[in-house]
Amino acid sequence: MSAVIQIENVDKWYNPAVQVLRNVSLTVSRGEVVVVCGPSGSGKSTLIKCVNALEPIQHGRIVVDGEDLGGKGVNLPRLRARVGMVFQHFELFPHMRVLDNLCLAQCKVLGRSRQEAESRALVLLDRVGLTAHAAKFPGQLSGGQQQRVAIARALAMDPVVMLFDEATSALDPEMVSEVLDVMVGLAQSGMTMMVVTHEMGFAGKVANRVVFMDQGEVVEDAPSKQFFEGAGSERARQFLSKILTY
Amino acid sequence: MSNFDFDIVWQNLPYLFLVGLRFTLTLTVLAALGGVILGTLLAILRQSGGPVLSGFVAGYVNLVRALPLVLVIFWFYFLVPYVGQWVTGSPRPIQVGGFASALITFIVFEAAYFSEIMRAGIASIPRGQSSAGQALGLTHAQVMRYVVLPQVFRIMLPVLLTQTIVLFQDTSLVYVLSITDFLGAASKIAERDGRLVEMYTFAALVYFVLSFAASRGVQRLRARYAVPR
Repeated sequence: MSAVIQIENVDKWYNPAVQVLRNVSLTVSRGEVVVVCGPSGSGKSTLIKCVNALEPIQHGRIVVDGEDLGGKGVNLPRLRARVGMVFQHFELFPHMRVLDNLCLAQCKVLGRSRQEAESRALVLLDRVGLTAHAAKFPGQLSGGQQQRVAIARALAMDPVVMLFDEATSALDPEMVSEVLDVMVGLAQSGMTMMVVTHEMGFAGKVANRVVFMDQGEVVEDAPSKQFFEGAGSERARQFLSKILTY
Repeated sequence: MSNFDFDIVWQNLPYLFLVGLRFTLTLTVLAALGGVILGTLLAILRQSGGPVLSGFVAGYVNLVRALPLVLVIFWFYFLVPYVGQWVTGSPRPIQVGGFASALITFIVFEAAYFSEIMRAGIASIPRGQSSAGQALGLTHAQVMRYVVLPQVFRIMLPVLLTQTIVLFQDTSLVYVLSITDFLGAASKIAERDGRLVEMYTFAALVYFVLSFAASRGVQRLRARYAVPR
């Protein structure tokens, strides 16, 4: 299997005193679903933002779809267009209708015609069950609906990999499942995914591997079955017992 | 009151409105457009232009806002011809005329105020919006153009228009250059016919009616163009 994301010995400091990533190495292969979990402040969200260079790194190397993010002459906007990202707070553009949210980057970055972009957008809105809301503004939708639009917006760019940064943690509980359903469907369709989440049910269902981070380090990186049946490290066991037993 | 003769106003309406008010409104609209465009560029430079450029912009904004407008109008009127001479290498100062001089002054002056409005607006857009735009592959400039600024203009529209109403009133200061704006026109007739009270009362009424109507209009626009959240 070829690697879509290769993270090698990455260190990141917010300032000389605060190190948020320590010698992190991690590979996501094509078609694989990797869940990254860990307590808050463990660096998992920072790590996923480094994967499309929204956050700079100070040491190490990140290669996405064969291109080194820190390489000379790398076209970051072009590279980011191949990496879909879904944010905790949706980040839909509130001044644009749903359809325009899905078309903007298709037209401006991929150079698709408005017609092409719209037909692709409508296919994806149908896939997330929101065709009826195409003409609405994001503010008129529920949180769960907004996040599904955000997933469709990322998919519209035909990415080689999808990143999810705590995509369900800002949602009201009753809306979590509608978003997870879309994510599960995506995983089952063979999409390569790197998912930062606390949803262990999701991890158990579709993840190939679970990566556990603590204090900026990868503490454990195991096939999900093995991870849930008996996490190797004490810290991972403690974390699991806290979030699974409540 | 019997000595007041408001017929003087009606007799001179065409001059007051077609010459005077037309000048005032033209100056207001062009200066507001120029000021918003220049102010937006300044705000962007200040926010993302690196330490040297943003320091320069900060200095410019603080300097302009610390000077009285009348002084800037005067100073520009006398300075611009020499700047023109220096730029074009002409042997003589370039005469630019009252309108051009006033327009440049107001654009330069108002840009400082508009840039502060736009800067506050840009700062009010959550950082995640830029991240989302970048994550989709948009360049920094495209994020500004399609994601950030359209939201800023919607949010700041009432403030921008309120500043434009202030600008409309401030244009009356061009009377120091003996330009026939609305107040200048009223003043000329007042002096010529010795009808100071009538003409200045009428001028005040017109400024009040236009400013008041405009600010009511702003309140309606505020409701109409608000971003649904």
